[in-house]
Amino acid sequence: MRTVDARGFSCPQPVIMTKKAMKEDGDLDVFVDNRVALENVTRFAESSGATVKRETIEGGWKLGIRRS
Amino acid sequence: MKFLTKDKLWLIVSGGILGILGVILVVFGNPKNMGMCVACFIRDIAGGLKLHSTATVQYIRPEILGVIIGAFVLSVITGDFKPSAGSSPVLRFIISFIVMVGALVFLGCPLRMILRLSAGDLNALVGLVGFACGIAVACVFLSKGFTLGSSKASSTVDGAALPVVSAVLLLLAVSVPALFASSSSGPGSMRAPIALSLIAGLVIGVIMQRSRMCMAGGIRDVILIKDVTLILGFASIFVFALVGNLVAGTFKLGFASQPVAHTAHVWNFLGMFAVGLGSALIGGCPMRQIILASEGSADSAMSVLGMLIGAAFAHNFSLAGSADSVVDGVVKVGGPSANGKIALIAGILILLVIAATCTFRKEKK
Repeated sequence: MRTVDARGFSCPQPVIMTKKAMKEDGDLDVFVDNRVALENVTRFAESSGATVKRETIEGGWKLGIRRS
Repeated sequence: MKFLTKDKLWLIVSGGILGILGVILVVFGNPKNMGMCVACFIRDIAGGLKLHSTATVQYIRPEILGVIIGAFVLSVITGDFKPSAGSSPVLRFIISFIVMVGALVFLGCPLRMILRLSAGDLNALVGLVGFACGIAVACVFLSKGFTLGSSKASSTVDGAALPVVSAVLLLLAVSVPALFASSSSGPGSMRAPIALSLIAGLVIGVIMQRSRMCMAGGIRDVILIKDVTLILGFASIFVFALVGNLVAGTFKLGFASQPVAHTAHVWNFLGMFAVGLGSALIGGCPMRQIILASEGSADSAMSVLGMLIGAAFAHNFSLAGSADSVVDGVVKVGGPSANGKIALIAGILILLVIAATCTFRKEKK
């Protein structure tokens, strides 16, 4: 599973890192550590047609981005 | 998917509250078209703290201190308070310094730009074009990998330091005002009652923290990811403030004779170009930097300090723009002095160098 670790990066890095990773096919997991990144990445991934599953982990969240 | 999601609704409501408060603060005494301005008010605080000696712009604005305290308290309650540090703090200080110089050349931060526009000041439209162009240039670097590096968790004490200092400053300003400089004429002397200013600041801090509104982010997201969520906040401020200005009778359409504004269009454009470019590089407009600092980001606290020192420097070295004036019945176009023009051009070049360096450097492994 491809992963993007966006923890510690400020706006708009998490979305840009996700956007770059989503250019390739396949699913990916994105790690964020703040609510702004959580919302922005979720919104971006969903607007690209993917489903996003949120999982709370220590210090942040894991976003499972799955393409149909 | 429904267009009006919860976060979009929050942005519209927050923008509405901010727009209306912007008009109310002017009605109750703040300078015209300046109900709330992060750049001008940080500059006024710099003056109050005697970091500069321009007598017409010295006052410890309760609005800014209220925003910091309100955002801090809400972030602790919601769990968003997250002390962090380490993402190129010195570069952020320098970038924010330049952002402040640009804002003072234009005579407003992005928020004041919208409030000016909603009052009919078309010079702010020139500024808006410059702002958007600056952000577009930043987006080129951002999409090629510009980064100021990641931050790491830091201590609660460090994260809470700025809000605590702000609360102490507020207490001193209210109880021992003679300690500080306070304008008796000019914009610094135009002020809403302290209680109203403070309450407005607290409310703005709370809604800005909750809604994550950001002027630069709004335009940036449209360019980079075609998302209009943040820009709705922007639009909402404009619409509600416009209605407020029409009701309050403070709307006047045109370029000439606008309050605390000038018609030196090239410099309105370039000033806000610097603000857009710098803000997008550090991840948020001046207001957003204050909110992030209040949530514990030491890097954004360095941005706030950069703005404070930039404002002091701007007035000590005559970099700020001056408003248009009428001399013997003839309009004298304001704008920056020669110092200001040189400083702004140099500042924009420095921003571009920083942008290029942080995009194309090779990371040490």
